[in-house]
Amino acid sequence: MSYITKSPWIIHYDGSSCNGCDIEVLACLTPLYDLERFGIVNTGNPKHADVFLVTGGINAQSEAVVKNTYEQMPDPKVVVAVGICACTGGVFRECYNIIGGVDKVIPVDVYVPGCAARPESIIDGVVRALGILEEKRAKMAEKGGK
Amino acid sequence: MELLVFLILFPALAALVFCILPNGRLRDTIVVLVSAIIIAVTLYLFVMFAGAGTVYFDIESGMISQIMTGLEIIISAGLLYLAAKYRQYLIAGLVVVQLGVVLYAESLIQETAALNNLFIDPFSIIMAMIIGIIGSLICVYSVGYMRDYHTHHADMPDKRRWFFALLFVFLAAMFGVVFSNNLFWLFFFWEVTTLCSFLLIGYNWGDEQTRKNAFWALLLNLVGGLGFACTFAWIGLTDPSGGLIMMDTLLAAGPAVAMIPAALIGFAGLTKAAQMPFSSWLVGAMIAPTPVSALLHSSTMVKAGVYVIVRFAPIYNVTMVGYLISLVGGVTFLLASGIAISQSNAKKVLAYSTIANLGLVVACAGIGSYAAVWAAILLIVFHAIAKSLLFLSVGTVEHKIGSRDIEDMTGLLGRMPKVAVMMIIGIAGMFLAPFGMLISKWAALVAFLDAPYGFILVLLLAFGSAVTVFFWTKWLGKLIEVAWKPEPLEVKISNHEYGALVPLTVLMVAVCIGFPLLSSYLVVPYVFGIYGMTATLGQANMIIMVMMVFMVLVMPLTLLHFRKDRKILPRYVGGRPATSDMHFKGSIGVQRPVALGNYYLANYFGEQRLSHIGNGVCIAFIALMLAGILLGVIA
Amino acid sequence: MITEIIFAVGFIILAPFIGALIGGMDRKVTARMQGRVGPPVLQPLYDVFKLFEKEKAVVRNEVNFYIFSYLIFVVFTGALFFSGSDILLVIFALTLAHAFLILGAYATTSPYSHIGAERELLQLMAVEPMLILAAAGFYMATGSFAVKDIALWPEPLFMTIPLLFVGIVFVLTIKLRKSPFDLATSHHAHQELVKGLTTEFAGPTLGMVEIAHLYETVFFLGLVWLFFASMPWVGLLVVIVVYFLEILIDNTTTRVRWQVMLRSAWLVALVAGAINLGVLALL
Repeated sequence: MSYITKSPWIIHYDGSSCNGCDIEVLACLTPLYDLERFGIVNTGNPKHADVFLVTGGINAQSEAVVKNTYEQMPDPKVVVAVGICACTGGVFRECYNIIGGVDKVIPVDVYVPGCAARPESIIDGVVRALGILEEKRAKMAEKGGK
Repeated sequence: MELLVFLILFPALAALVFCILPNGRLRDTIVVLVSAIIIAVTLYLFVMFAGAGTVYFDIESGMISQIMTGLEIIISAGLLYLAAKYRQYLIAGLVVVQLGVVLYAESLIQETAALNNLFIDPFSIIMAMIIGIIGSLICVYSVGYMRDYHTHHADMPDKRRWFFALLFVFLAAMFGVVFSNNLFWLFFFWEVTTLCSFLLIGYNWGDEQTRKNAFWALLLNLVGGLGFACTFAWIGLTDPSGGLIMMDTLLAAGPAVAMIPAALIGFAGLTKAAQMPFSSWLVGAMIAPTPVSALLHSSTMVKAGVYVIVRFAPIYNVTMVGYLISLVGGVTFLLASGIAISQSNAKKVLAYSTIANLGLVVACAGIGSYAAVWAAILLIVFHAIAKSLLFLSVGTVEHKIGSRDIEDMTGLLGRMPKVAVMMIIGIAGMFLAPFGMLISKWAALVAFLDAPYGFILVLLLAFGSAVTVFFWTKWLGKLIEVAWKPEPLEVKISNHEYGALVPLTVLMVAVCIGFPLLSSYLVVPYVFGIYGMTATLGQANMIIMVMMVFMVLVMPLTLLHFRKDRKILPRYVGGRPATSDMHFKGSIGVQRPVALGNYYLANYFGEQRLSHIGNGVCIAFIALMLAGILLGVIA
Repeated sequence: MITEIIFAVGFIILAPFIGALIGGMDRKVTARMQGRVGPPVLQPLYDVFKLFEKEKAVVRNEVNFYIFSYLIFVVFTGALFFSGSDILLVIFALTLAHAFLILGAYATTSPYSHIGAERELLQLMAVEPMLILAAAGFYMATGSFAVKDIALWPEPLFMTIPLLFVGIVFVLTIKLRKSPFDLATSHHAHQELVKGLTTEFAGPTLGMVEIAHLYETVFFLGLVWLFFASMPWVGLLVVIVVYFLEILIDNTTTRVRWQVMLRSAWLVALVAGAINLGVLALL
């Protein structure tokens, strides 16, 4: 049994989002959806986090930050791209300053489309991410065992 | 007896030699040699007298007393000359008045073959060990330090002959203070320490600020000396036979007789121990070369002040005067600790911490119960070792990094690992369980709780020790805040400096581990000899303490485990990429260093603000005490 | 001697579970106050276990030494307390433990940790006088510093030192890192200091901090209970009420500046200490 799926802590970063998806992410923590039921906590600190939620496409300014934040998270970790901009760049993908979706900078495990992504789908995305997190943990434990 | 006389005369004679010897290897070797002899003799003294209880020695005093009086007149004349030259009329006046009072008192007392002029008891042995071992180590350290000092201050006249001579005269005088039973003798040595400290503080005489601080120290100590001198006038007027001039007779006479001299000597002790409102001289004394500060703070000078107060502690027990002295000490402890928060100059932090800790000793001695005296003596020992270690390591660091500011010591553990570790041990010894000072604080608290109206002192101690934790921990934090792997700076530290630092560190750890022995062989016999009962830590607590010492010593071994097998993550600087030496990418692509500073809370714990309060309160207490004495004299 | 060891070992084994249960209830009650369901009661345990599943990553190796020392000394503090030792030594051991935690944060050399460390120091300074005065109060009331003697005192000590009890409850908020005094680090996201003191601790390192926190919670509630030790069940009730009060305060207040914390904590300690000890001394 692994505990990582029972206590996934989240860090949420806004790449260049219009704030629509950010509001929805925070909505997940409100009484209506109450993400903490699953032990999910929004930590705001990469060193404590297991799940990296990114909203919005990546631009020149946020590229370094996303990379840095990802580097600081200890393994195992998963990345969830929330909203269509984070997945592909969305309507902004042709902008001069947009690099593209989050996967242009760091490996993404789960894509949650939508504009803005609905809280239900965000929760669903995170739950799917937990499965991947568990796999990664198992792989890590196996490697450590050898 | 020969041992005692040797310890007083040998350093003094050595000083004469140093006046003549030029700078160079020969002098350096002799300094080390003389120091080694003093240490060896002190240890021999311990072996000889540790179990012997109190031993008195008859020395015909007539001749010696006359020599002392003669020397006093010469010293006074010298001081008068200096005071006149630099227009310090207040000092001149004090010197004249003091000399007048002493000569007058001497004329009153017909000395009838005074006996028992010298003595030794467990407390004297402890003090002698502090002076002999720590003092000598500081002298050894000075050899290396002063060489560096004059390279750094090439424009200063090199008066090192003078300097070493004074150091050893100082030690001689301190031995005299702790071995004298005759109060006249004690006073003579007392005044010699005042003179030596004045000259040592003024080592860089060409500098105006230095001169000013030196004169200020002299002035305040002369005020105290005047208090001491008044004791003789009182003795001369009440008991012309001169029996009370012997400290043991005076102490045995009990509070009914000895209250007034005890209060006057207590007053003198307060000035020398740099209690508020007299604390400013010790802070000003920081201007002197570091070994002088170390000497003044750990083994000599201020320790003479607390020595006499602790000696007279049995008289203070459950009296108004004693309680007032305690309050002065308690308030000084709290406020001086507070001021230390606002200081970033390492030597000033150390200075205020010295003042604070002496305050605690004075508070204990003023209470004067057996438990309090036990605590006071342990405090003196632990403080002497930890403080000398800290001063000397700060001195060494200052010469290597060119600053004595704590902020500049950031990451010292990476740059100068050995000295930093010694400094860390010293700091831990000053405030952390299970090291020395904390045992003493525990004992002090117990003593205060059992004293009448002791709860006010408990309040002062509770707040004071919280403040202490703050300023020491943030210093410790600075030392271990290593951001990168810097080049080592330690290559050029002289053997003389290591020769003092290493033994002091070992001594610090040894005393922490071996303090039960120290307590039961020296402190307990002394306290028991006076009160017929004594305080101890209790076996259960002893076991806990030993366990904690053990844990703290074993814990660093876990580093062996934690050093390997870890992935190193970059630090968090708001998501911006930061290099391993803590430069982050700022706006428009500029690399900026991360600068971390400590809190100093100067608006709340500022030097001026707190010392005003402290001086006011303590002056009130002392005035009350003196008023009480006056009433006593009149009545 | 045997009983003491049993109590100490009992504390070392049981305290993290009790602490976790208390923490879980805390989160549950908090959630209910906010109209949410909240996590399972055992959530604090899951969190700790999870942290030890993570990789061993640090910003500097030495940090783990300080944090491990912190954990060991917190456990030692609690074991001393529950085995009935000298309460002053208990307090000093706790101070030592916290010094290690703060040094751990310093050793990371990171801006957020650094400020967290400074604030933790301020918290330590704010709390220390009250703890020492409470110990002094216990001594004046019972004539002994030994927790064992204090616990076996026939009357509830609350009756003799009520103000010190109030003071302890006040500083409990600081010690449990509850709002409005969660300056150094907090359980909630989006504070100006990221996670303050614990910002740079990841995985097992953070796990050690969390375990130490569980031990600490039990120790402090034990301290509260000590005021009612002669009536154990009433004591338990008081502990529950006090902890509920802490949750309520946590949920209804916002963080204050350090000046307010230091001033109020010292004022409470001064008033409670001076009046209560003074009355005891003069009676």
